[in-house]
Amino acid sequence: MPLERKVKYENECDKEFADWVTSQTGGENLRHCIQCGICSAACPLSLYMDYTPRRLINLARAGFKKEVLSSLTIWLCASCYACRVECPKEIQITDIMYLLKRKAIEEGVYPRRFPIPVLAREFGRMVFMFGRVNETLLVTDLFLRTNWFKFLSMTGLGLNLIRTGRMSYLPEHIKNRGQLRKIMNAIDTEAKKGETK
Amino acid sequence: MKYQYFPGCSLKGTGRAYEESFLAVFRALGVEVKELEDWNCCGATAYMSVDETKSYALAGRNLAIAGRENSDVIAPCSACYLVLNKTMKGIQEHPELRGKVTRALKAAGLDYSDKVKVRHPLDVLVNDIGLEKIKKHVKNPLTGMKLAAYYGCQVVRPFATFDDQHNPLTMDKLIEASGAECVTWPLKTHCCGGSLTGTVTEAGLRMVYIILSEAKKRGAQAIVTPCPLCQFNLDGYQDQVASAYERVDIPVLYFTQVIGLAMGLSPRELGIKRGIASAKELMAGR
Repeated sequence: MPLERKVKYENECDKEFADWVTSQTGGENLRHCIQCGICSAACPLSLYMDYTPRRLINLARAGFKKEVLSSLTIWLCASCYACRVECPKEIQITDIMYLLKRKAIEEGVYPRRFPIPVLAREFGRMVFMFGRVNETLLVTDLFLRTNWFKFLSMTGLGLNLIRTGRMSYLPEHIKNRGQLRKIMNAIDTEAKKGETK
Repeated sequence: MKYQYFPGCSLKGTGRAYEESFLAVFRALGVEVKELEDWNCCGATAYMSVDETKSYALAGRNLAIAGRENSDVIAPCSACYLVLNKTMKGIQEHPELRGKVTRALKAAGLDYSDKVKVRHPLDVLVNDIGLEKIKKHVKNPLTGMKLAAYYGCQVVRPFATFDDQHNPLTMDKLIEASGAECVTWPLKTHCCGGSLTGTVTEAGLRMVYIILSEAKKRGAQAIVTPCPLCQFNLDGYQDQVASAYERVDIPVLYFTQVIGLAMGLSPRELGIKRGIASAKELMAGR
C-alpha cells in the first residue's frame, strides 16, 4: 500500500483561495473564527459530515481548497441557520456554505452523482425556463438523473400525494417568461463585460 | 387592512392545504388578501447554490412587482419569507450587488423597490390583527386538544424580527387562542432536514424521526407547523420512518388549519383531508 502524507505543508495551501472566500458576500468574517465549535454542536447534520463546520471553516481560511470544495459538508448543509444564530463572532456560516457550493459547481469538483448539487442545478434550470417550480417534476427529474432505484422506493409517497390531491402534473409557469429571461441575460451580459475589462 | 400575498411554488403544489386554510382564515377575519401579480419562484435554498446575482435578481423581480402597491407582502412559506427578506437585506448592505440587480431589472422594465415589507402570517395575525380579535372569532374552541408547536428553522432564523430565535411563541399564542393546549418540548426550531429527505434519505429520515417521536412522547395529538416543507417531510415520510426506525403515527397540521377549525370553518374548506397521516382520530367528535 502506497503511503501518503496526511499533513499539508503551509506552502502547499492555496492562500488566494482563503482571500477569495473573505472577499465574497457573507465570507467577510471568516478570519474572526475562534474555533469554539458551537457551530458543529448546533448543526443537526454534523454527524454525517466529513468535516464538521468548525473544521471546514478552519480548512477554508488556511487555504485547503481541494478538501473544502470536494467535501460532503457543504452539500449536507440544509440552510437551517442554527450555526449562524449561535456563532459568537457572527460569522455567516450558512452563506459561506453557499459560496463554497457555487465555487464547487463552477469548478466541477462536487461529488459525482451525489444528488444535492444535481438538485441545485436542475432547480436553477427549471426556474430559468418557467419562472416557477413544480416540485413533483423536479423530484422525478432528480431521481432519473441520479438514482433510478430510489425513484421506485418513492412510489408510496407519490401515490399518497395523488390520493390527497397534492400532486401537480403540468409545469407551472409565469406569464411573462420573456421578462425573466431579459433579467437573466442582462446579468450574463454584464458579467461577460466585466471579464473582458 | 389589505395585504399582498406571495404564495410561492409549494402553496400551489404539495402545500395547497396551507393556501386553502390561510385564505379561508383571512377571509373569515375580514382581512383582504390579493395574490401578487405574475409572481415567480423565490429561488429557495437551491438557487443560491448556483448563482448569487441571479438568485438576488430572481427574488428582486417579485419585490419590484410588489413595490407598485403600497401594502405589505405576506409570504406564508418559510423559505420564501427568508429568501425575500434576505434579498432585501443583501441589496441594502452591498452597493455593488444593488447596482447589478437594479440594472438587470431595469433592462426588463422593472424598478427595484426598497420600501416593500415582507411579513409572515404569524406576525400579521399576532401583531396586526391581534389575539383579541381572533379570540372573538373562535366558535368551536379546541378544548382538550394537545398540540406540538413546531416552527422549523427558516421562519425565525436568521432574519425574523417578530419572534424569538430560540423559543418562539407567536404560534403557541395562536394555538392557545384556539382553545387547544401546547405541549412543552425542545424541538420547536429544530431543522426537519429540508430537501435532504429526497436527496440523502438516511440523514433526512433521522431528522424527521427525531421530531415525530419527541412530539408523540410529549403527549401531542398533532404537530402544528407554519412551513410547507416541514409539513411535507413530517407528514409524507411517516411510512419510511416506520421502516427505518419505528412507526409514529401523528397528523401534521398547518397552524392556519388549527385556527380555522376553532373559528368554525369546515375541515373541507381547510384542506384537513390533504394530510397523508390521517387526522380522523383528532377530529373525532368535532
